[in-house]
Amino acid sequence: MLGEVVELIDETPRVRSIVLDIPHWPGHLAGQHVDVRLTAEDGYQAQRSYSIASAPEEPRLLITVERLPDGEVSSYLVGELRPGDSLELRGPIGGYFVWEVRMGGPLLLVAGGSGIVPLMAMLRHRAASRTGAGARLVYSSRSWEEIIYREELERLASGPAGPLVIHTLTRTQPPGWTGYARRVDGAMLAEAAWPPSHGPTAFICGPTPFVEAVASALVLLGYPATSVKTERFGPTGG
Amino acid sequence: MVEATMRVDGNAMGGMLSELFAREVTSARMACDGCGKVEPLGAEHAYLQAPGMVLRCRHCEQVLLVVTRANGAYLLSFRGMRWFELPAES
Repeated sequence: MLGEVVELIDETPRVRSIVLDIPHWPGHLAGQHVDVRLTAEDGYQAQRSYSIASAPEEPRLLITVERLPDGEVSSYLVGELRPGDSLELRGPIGGYFVWEVRMGGPLLLVAGGSGIVPLMAMLRHRAASRTGAGARLVYSSRSWEEIIYREELERLASGPAGPLVIHTLTRTQPPGWTGYARRVDGAMLAEAAWPPSHGPTAFICGPTPFVEAVASALVLLGYPATSVKTERFGPTGG
Repeated sequence: MVEATMRVDGNAMGGMLSELFAREVTSARMACDGCGKVEPLGAEHAYLQAPGMVLRCRHCEQVLLVVTRANGAYLLSFRGMRWFELPAES
């Protein structure tokens, strides 16, 4: 399946969103991903998975890509891709790490860095469908400047029935910052997450050590393991 | 030794397997032949750095499934699972 790049949006200095027009796109669910395959002139191929950032309700598909050091695919997508270029895609993929309005809430979303991407699709889906299901996002970034979708998250949070958005900034904080300034841990989740008695479903996405630390902390807080869904990036996929 | 920081979720194998099975497979369930625990593919652990792809049990890390591609063919070894449940309709 081929997608045409119609727009590129710089989210942060290292992160870019790619807006794609894909004829005959079958539709997707929030949380799914696509595989992007690049083929060099000599036939060499490289493939990576990228989470879909757009809501199912949106007419165009959005993926958001972080440029990784020595990432052969991400550096092309973030640095060299231009509007009008074509991308070879496979997808949508996944039926496990997905959320639909009919699954209800409340939702606990925990993101580390660009792990926000599939969770943003869930928040956009939630906003588009005007569901009353509660949602909380705990989002760990290195600095204020590296918060992906920062302004849109502020808009969503301040809107009617908006999600509660809790940031933690792990490396540097702007002057006067009163929020969390450490890695996500059990004490933070005990304060910020829904109590298990509310029957929340948790979606965690980020680097592997982040995801596993958060998942373990939630289970210690009393979340049933089956209510905690994870999406690990692994070691810098490239 | 299993390198914990290398692992991702079974979800990451969804693209390749959906091509082979022609349907969504990350919610397909399986039973580990080592510990007997049943999980959907998307919740198991996947390792993509090996030659081919390796799926391991999230509870006991037993190898459940190995997918390799060589000589123009895909080779699937379901060596570590008791059963694999594929929904009749996706």
